[in-house]
Amino acid sequence: MKSSVSVEVVVLLAGLLFALGIVGVIIRKNIIFMLLSVEIMLNASGLAFVAAGSRWGQPDGQVMFVFILAMAAAEVSIGLALILQIYHQHKSLDIDNLKEMNG
Amino acid sequence: MDKYLWLIPALPLAGFLILALAGNHLGRKSVATVGAGSVCLSALVTFAVGGALLSGMPENAVYTQTLWTWFEVGAFNAKITLTLDVLSLIFVFVITFIGALIHIYSTAFMEADRDYARFFASMNLFVLSMLTLVMADNLLLMYLGWEGVGLCSYLLIGFWYEQPANGTAARKAFTVTRIGDAAMAIGLFMVFQQAGTLVISDIQANASVIWQPNTTIVTVTALLLLTGGLGKSAQLPLQTWLPDAMAGPSPVSALIHAATMVTAGVYLIARMHAIFALSETARLVIAVIGAATLLLAGLTALTQYDIKRVLAYSTISQIGYMFLALGVGAWTAAVFHFMIHAFFKALLFLAAGAIIESLHHEHNMFKMGGLKDKMPVVFWTFLAGAISLAAVPLVSAGFYSKDQILWYSWAADGGSPLLWAIALSGALITAAYTTRMMILTFWGESHTPIGHQPGKRMTMPLVVLAVFSVLAGFIELPHNFGHFTLFSDFLHPVLPQTIMRENVPSEWLFQLLAALATLGGIFLGYYYYYEKPARIERLRRNGLLVGLYRFWFSGWAFDALYDSVLVKPFIFISKINKSDITDKLYTGIAAMTGEMYKLLSKTQSGSLRWYIMGLVVGAILILGIQIML
Repeated sequence: MKSSVSVEVVVLLAGLLFALGIVGVIIRKNIIFMLLSVEIMLNASGLAFVAAGSRWGQPDGQVMFVFILAMAAAEVSIGLALILQIYHQHKSLDIDNLKEMNG
Repeated sequence: MDKYLWLIPALPLAGFLILALAGNHLGRKSVATVGAGSVCLSALVTFAVGGALLSGMPENAVYTQTLWTWFEVGAFNAKITLTLDVLSLIFVFVITFIGALIHIYSTAFMEADRDYARFFASMNLFVLSMLTLVMADNLLLMYLGWEGVGLCSYLLIGFWYEQPANGTAARKAFTVTRIGDAAMAIGLFMVFQQAGTLVISDIQANASVIWQPNTTIVTVTALLLLTGGLGKSAQLPLQTWLPDAMAGPSPVSALIHAATMVTAGVYLIARMHAIFALSETARLVIAVIGAATLLLAGLTALTQYDIKRVLAYSTISQIGYMFLALGVGAWTAAVFHFMIHAFFKALLFLAAGAIIESLHHEHNMFKMGGLKDKMPVVFWTFLAGAISLAAVPLVSAGFYSKDQILWYSWAADGGSPLLWAIALSGALITAAYTTRMMILTFWGESHTPIGHQPGKRMTMPLVVLAVFSVLAGFIELPHNFGHFTLFSDFLHPVLPQTIMRENVPSEWLFQLLAALATLGGIFLGYYYYYEKPARIERLRRNGLLVGLYRFWFSGWAFDALYDSVLVKPFIFISKINKSDITDKLYTGIAAMTGEMYKLLSKTQSGSLRWYIMGLVVGAILILGIQIML
């Protein structure tokens, strides 16, 4: 079975997604959007794994993607719980209001 | 008898330990028994060992006993080894015998003092240190004793520490002698560097192989050792501490500042005579310093009114005679004068202490007077000491020892007419101030009523010392009459013979002149202070003489000189440097760390987005570097 899309294009897409994620984390003020951006970065790396696995005909890439999925699920559940707590205490989701640990 | 050698220093050590650790829990009787008993026993052991040594001569002239190895570093090892030859035997004899008498005297003298045990503990420690100094077989152990006596001198000068002046005197003595000690330590380093050993007998035996005569290196080494001796023996220019050291109790002045410690310099030079014999310059320096000191201190003694300060300057002056003798190469004469001086000066100090105590701590001679009939025992013993100090011809021990020095200061190899003339005028001055002291203290009207007579324990040592002050001179008679040289015969295995010059006038002439100088001095004192006291008043009107008197009274203004040359600049520099310039480097490092911490703590903003930014930038940088390389 031959892949119709070349691996370089997929890796380029993954890099683009990763960069988007990073930029999102840096410029976004809302914590939920930052969490979303982190998810995008995770998926970008997962895509790179899958592409690499298919390029060398190895199953490891897909195994890694399953791991990443499981980890992302756990991360999101913990992240959302933390966000919920932050909202309870500060009545805000603006990351710039949460600069208590400075200096 | 070698194996009993360790007992001599061990007994005072035991006494010191008992008194220092348990002294405050013992009664006064037991403190006195332990304190004086330990030194008395030590004196008895010295008699036994010394007798065996002298009777075994000349086959076996040295006893040595190695106790243990102190430490070993590479090829160098220092052993705790005691050695006893005739030279150290004389010193050990003086230390333990006169020390024992002074301890007995002190049991009564210090009776009322509340720190009875501390006094005897310090005195015993002093005897131990002094014995270590003279019995040491290597220079390192000698230096231990050397520092030990300095410490004990400090402790005992400041014994009555509640008066600030006493503490100042103690600190002054400690600091001034420290200058000499530092020079001596450097001298020891040089000896070790050149000889490779500090064992005295090895250095003595190989000195002429190690050093070429009259080279710079041997002169410098000898002068450094000499500086150590100058500090301890209160010779020019380090003599200023001794008069102030009279702040201590009188027995301390008798033991430490008259009989033993201040003669450590004489011992050092006599002990290391092989080095000094190799340097003519060093010997000339010793002779000149001795002559200058004896004249200067003698003239100062003429003007003092505190009886103990007269005796202190007289001690400096008499040690000047010993240095003069060492300088001209009359080794045995110096040691002989040391022994005689120890007898009569200890006696004079003890008698002065008895007078001072009876007169309610009155030191001023002009307020004494008329004690001749009131304190007969003290008078007669003091008189015996005084004639020995003044060197009254034939009847006193001081005559025989000082006459030798006067004779050698002209006739010995290193002697010269100038040195002899200074020594002779010194003899005249000595007789004059001794007479002045006697007349002011014992004749004339009584100015202070006496409190109580000294007891038996105080008069007994005085009588014994008085007997020695008169009779001890007969063991060494001049060559031209009697020719009885027991003392120098015993010493000659250790100390070399004096080399004489050729074509010197007859010894009789010198003895006659010395006798005339003494009698002239006595007459001067008698004339101005007894016969015609009004003449003194007339002299007082002469402005020049009064100025000279003030100058001499201040000890030739040495204190003022050192104060303006050394002390004031030092205080000035310390004031400038109050904030400590060398410390600036370290406070600077601390301040820089603090500033950097403040800078770095700004990056800890608490903003999550900044941290991520930092991460990204860092990752890009590292990746960039990876790709570039």
